[in-house]
Amino acid sequence: MIKDITLGQYYPGESVLHRADPRAKIALTFVYMVIVFIVNTFAGFLMTALFTLFAIAVAKIPLKYTLKGLKPILLIVVFATLINIFTIKGRPVFEYGAIRISYEGLELAAKTAFRLILWIMGTSLLTLTTTPILLTDGLEKLMRPLKAIGIPAYEIAMMMTIALRFIPTLLQETDKIIKAQSSRGADFDTGSLLQRAKSFIPVLIPLFVSAFRRADELATAMETRCYRGGEGRTRMKQLKFGPADLKVSAVTAVFFIILLYLQYS
Amino acid sequence: MSIVAENLSYTYMKGTPFEKEALKDINLKINTGEFVGLIGHTGSGKSTLVQHFNGLLKPTSGRVTVNGVDTRARSLKELRKQVGIVFQYPEHQLFEETVYDDIAFGLKRLGLDDAVVEERVRETAKVAGIPEDALEKSPFELSGGQKRRVAIAGVLAMNPEILVLDEPVAGLDPEGRDGILGFISKLHEKKGVTVILVSHSMEDIARFAERIVVMNKGMIEIDGRPAEVFNDVERLEQMGLSAPQITYFMKKLKKLIPETNNGIFLVSDAKKEIARLIEKKREALHDS
Repeated sequence: MIKDITLGQYYPGESVLHRADPRAKIALTFVYMVIVFIVNTFAGFLMTALFTLFAIAVAKIPLKYTLKGLKPILLIVVFATLINIFTIKGRPVFEYGAIRISYEGLELAAKTAFRLILWIMGTSLLTLTTTPILLTDGLEKLMRPLKAIGIPAYEIAMMMTIALRFIPTLLQETDKIIKAQSSRGADFDTGSLLQRAKSFIPVLIPLFVSAFRRADELATAMETRCYRGGEGRTRMKQLKFGPADLKVSAVTAVFFIILLYLQYS
Repeated sequence: MSIVAENLSYTYMKGTPFEKEALKDINLKINTGEFVGLIGHTGSGKSTLVQHFNGLLKPTSGRVTVNGVDTRARSLKELRKQVGIVFQYPEHQLFEETVYDDIAFGLKRLGLDDAVVEERVRETAKVAGIPEDALEKSPFELSGGQKRRVAIAGVLAMNPEILVLDEPVAGLDPEGRDGILGFISKLHEKKGVTVILVSHSMEDIARFAERIVVMNKGMIEIDGRPAEVFNDVERLEQMGLSAPQITYFMKKLKKLIPETNNGIFLVSDAKKEIARLIEKKREALHDS
């Protein structure tokens, strides 16, 4: 059923990575993305892979979980690999009629695949170890300087927080409406594609009605508590740079330096 | 039409860190024609249990049979015609343009003749106390109590032999409560529909249920007649429940007048008992 969907894929835990400040994690994720982008040697790739596995182990997240995140990009990886193998020209390894596979093609294909997989596995650690609410908090803080060029950082973060907050609620609601409608005879599983699409009308209309009702209630509740936007607003949970952040940043920095040394020496 | 649950267990989101065991080894038999009250603290597993009765949820282990057939094996369409479930706040599921269409929703899915559908809709509307002229209105125009009646009528129109109601009168005014509970008990008495009523109101349960099943932490804690269940107030309170208010009143009365009878949980019975006590006192005064 719908309830079985893991949301924002947060995996609860107590590790250093879970405790680290979301701002630090967002920044380090950017650093990681840059690293994966500039890595070019096989030694470098091996090291990045080891670093990624190390980070996953530190976060105490089952490897199965991070691999699950790869599913949606599997097709892209396969596609990119095939294109690289068959189109890059160079020293031939295999030749049969019009099909030519070159050494350079194989190398590039392997690197691209590695890069994509590492990219997704590493960055998914951010959402796996940070609750959605903390993530938006961190984003807001990081976006704050952009206010100078007219980007409403606070409002964007608030909208994201509200949207994230209501995903589980609306999913539960959908689940409930589906159950209620099937209890009185609705059928969602049989019939042609068009019939099936149509059978969701009895779910969508009540869902919209309830979403509007909830939005209305929320607006009233915020109004009655004198909500007035971001200016001068304080927080109950202040983000602080702590020892966990220092550890995580230091380890990443050491790794980055070794990698740069390997790459350019 | 009986429902039998054997060693039924159910776990939400099995195999994830969010896994939660909602039902543990439930054994329960609900007989044809019974009016069962299902009570329990929030999160005790009542809703999860009733969703097994029409196959909305399938057991993680154990089995549920309706009329001798396993809910995993039989056709869901047939099962849902026999077991109707009315969820909490059922008016949130209304969506058609007119009240008539909303009540007819399930019937139309059954592929019945238009004439038959119309007859059943009008009949059900009458049973549920929906006035004839409301049928052409939009369900969104009605009052809260009326909406609730329309939503329940949508399930009743299917003529279920077993009717499960999850908090059918929550959030209604006294008139709406009495109206809805009234026609449900009439359905039970006149047509012999098996009713399973989930409620937090001990007064409603005491008034209508012939048998009470008490759930606690995913297990069945007590299963018995109202007099037996409500007599053990301490046990109910340990589970975050209570007895009807009148029971507390009568217990206090018993401390003052020891000859007061035990096991009173209806206001009407309490009235009789108090009248009896007064009469007795009067006779005693008279004799002396």
